[in-house]
Amino acid sequence: MTTVALPAVFVPAATRRLARTPAPLRRKRRKHRLFVLALMAPWLLGFCIFFVYPLIATVWFSFTRYNLLSPPEFIGLRNYTFFFTSDPYGLQSVRNTLWLVIFVVPIRILFALLIAQLVIRIKRGGSLLRTIFYLPALAPPVAATLAFCYLFNPATGPVNQALAKLGFGVQPLWFSDPALAKPTLLILTVWGLGDVMVILLAVLLQVPVEQYEAAHLDGANVLQRFRYVTLPFISPVLLFAAVTGVIQMLQFFTQAAVASSVASGVAPVGGGLGERLGYPDNAMLTFPIWLYSKGFASFQLGYACAMAVMLFVVSFAFAAVLLRKSRVFLYGAEQA
Amino acid sequence: MTRLRIPRLAVGLAALSIITAACTATESSSTEPLPAPTASASGNVRFWHFFTGREAEAIDQVVKDFQASHPGVTVKVSTGQDDEKMRQAIAAGKGPDVGLSYSTDIVGNFCSTGAWRDLQPYISRDQVDLNQLAPVVRAYTEYEGVRCSMPVLADTYGLYYNKKLLADAGYTAPPKTMSELTEMAKKLTTFKPNGDIDVIGFMPNLDYYENSPAHWAPHWGAQWFTDDGKSALATDPAWQEMLTWQKQLVDFYGHQKLTKFSAGKGDEWGAANDFERGKVAMMLDGEWRIAFIQADKPNIDYGTAPFPAADSRPDLYGGGYVSGNIIGISKGSKNPEAGWELIKYLTTDTGAIVKLANGIKNVPTTTAALASPDLEVDDNFRTFLDIFAHPSSGTSPSTKAGAEYQNLFGTWLVKWQTDRATDLAAGLQGVAEQIDDSIALAGS
Repeated sequence: MTTVALPAVFVPAATRRLARTPAPLRRKRRKHRLFVLALMAPWLLGFCIFFVYPLIATVWFSFTRYNLLSPPEFIGLRNYTFFFTSDPYGLQSVRNTLWLVIFVVPIRILFALLIAQLVIRIKRGGSLLRTIFYLPALAPPVAATLAFCYLFNPATGPVNQALAKLGFGVQPLWFSDPALAKPTLLILTVWGLGDVMVILLAVLLQVPVEQYEAAHLDGANVLQRFRYVTLPFISPVLLFAAVTGVIQMLQFFTQAAVASSVASGVAPVGGGLGERLGYPDNAMLTFPIWLYSKGFASFQLGYACAMAVMLFVVSFAFAAVLLRKSRVFLYGAEQA
Repeated sequence: MTRLRIPRLAVGLAALSIITAACTATESSSTEPLPAPTASASGNVRFWHFFTGREAEAIDQVVKDFQASHPGVTVKVSTGQDDEKMRQAIAAGKGPDVGLSYSTDIVGNFCSTGAWRDLQPYISRDQVDLNQLAPVVRAYTEYEGVRCSMPVLADTYGLYYNKKLLADAGYTAPPKTMSELTEMAKKLTTFKPNGDIDVIGFMPNLDYYENSPAHWAPHWGAQWFTDDGKSALATDPAWQEMLTWQKQLVDFYGHQKLTKFSAGKGDEWGAANDFERGKVAMMLDGEWRIAFIQADKPNIDYGTAPFPAADSRPDLYGGGYVSGNIIGISKGSKNPEAGWELIKYLTTDTGAIVKLANGIKNVPTTTAALASPDLEVDDNFRTFLDIFAHPSSGTSPSTKAGAEYQNLFGTWLVKWQTDRATDLAAGLQGVAEQIDDSIALAGS
């Protein structure tokens, strides 16, 4: 090691640390690192192939005009500027997705929490109720959406028939009404809240009973017990549900695609899915659906990649901001 | 350490970018010399088409005939394949040798991107006479001079009317103008006690079954694009006339009632079709409906006629929208020679064309097949043969962006017919700009 002969003042700190480390120890550490690397290799390989490479490829394609068949043609930022200046439905798809984030995520968590609180208090038949409320979460999204399309069909669906029997003269058009399409999707997603309910149920069961008893002795009412005992304890799980919920809504595709396709009632033989998505009046055109349409119905892959990059950045930012801003909210975790 | 990481990261990213660029499509050499025509093409041909059920069986019969006359070729047929899937498969190098699409709207995209090969070298080599095809058919099977597809039967659109319902209302003949259609539609409509539509005279919603601006346009003489390739939605007054007429009829029914009626409609491709179950008195549809009715409900007393013409353009009566099935060889085909043999057989062999036309009740595309005594023609089918031959019949143009211009228009039309857009001129101007932008993005 030539660095040993140099005056210490010229030797970089890292090299000095290396120089001070005995050789057998360095070999041992290198061996250990290689061993760890070998153990991680399968994951690293998958990470590079299925995440790093597609991510970089997507960023590259986002600066090109690319239709999958011809070589990509570099067009700079044109795809991005088109989205903000000329895309007829780009911003509408953003608004629809934001609507889902703002309404679906908190309402799902709220209902899941209410049901979990309800179920936990029921002494007899609680496990049956748990199962009943959880079952919808097991239904495949496509099947569940088809069932809802049948139930909420404005002309033939049982919901409107029941409303008619109850005396409602004008029945809602549900998925066929631009103003009601997203709220009907909200009903569908709230119906399938079993996944959130079950994790909230698990954490609610772990809240120490002594804390409730102490609060009760201190004169706390039900709301105060929830505010000062339950909420701090379950806040990490609520945060988890919020973060995953936001990411799910940013990627919301299947239910909206199926509902719009079925509600449109258009079944052009051989036409593919892309032309029917978003119905009615693009009320169910979420950002991922518009991305899919541009990429795989219009074959503007470069443009779709630009949209994917924007979605990635927004998802990442959403998660980061939510986690950072919620540190104060997480004091319950430390207490627990 | 940071100073070291940045160059490494940059080098890594650069390497990945190079790999990414290297892994993408490259220009295919379309100038490869073709081999001399072979007496007997051989090998496997993967053939994808969109037909299902009864229609797929008719295709199978013709494919069997082809294999009998070409014993060296084995055709592996995949049914129910849509255009999007086919395009994606071709891009991934997993596409079929030969693909059959229902939509002429894809021709611009498939020809310009090379998804389907240029067939001209084969046509020239084998001296296939394209003059045996009607001009409109020749037009919709090529794009900007590139002939990447050939026609497998044509579709024409006309008016189907329920004779019994018309007779009950006192009519003995179908309408010939839009005013007559409006008047008859109103009289033929019946309502349920709660005010919902029970039987509709004519459904004016442009997203109902085969109703679409493309299928309606020839009856107003509406043009999609100007000579310089810009959208003509805002500049051709025929569009305003068409949509004004449509909205008046929508307003007669009320868009809420129409949406509800439409939501309860039966499957277009089965016996639950609203016309077949007597819920619609008059309907625009393609000639294939004749075979569907024959298979589903042969006892329906119905007639066919050309779709009415705009009041301002009575000269257009007798024509209609013409489209058709198109067939081509995929970019990555492993056996283009045998694929071309199959295409040549399906598109130029009179016996095959007539057999297929009789099987699925589509319009033959060659003059020999149209004149064949074996072609089964009754009064209802005759209507569509006449529409096909009418000089005012037309099709929708191809663009590099495929049918996106129709999709953008169709999306805005939902706003228009549900009162969410009220300024027709401004709306058409807006859609025209969207169409121009979209086609520019696609590379025109």
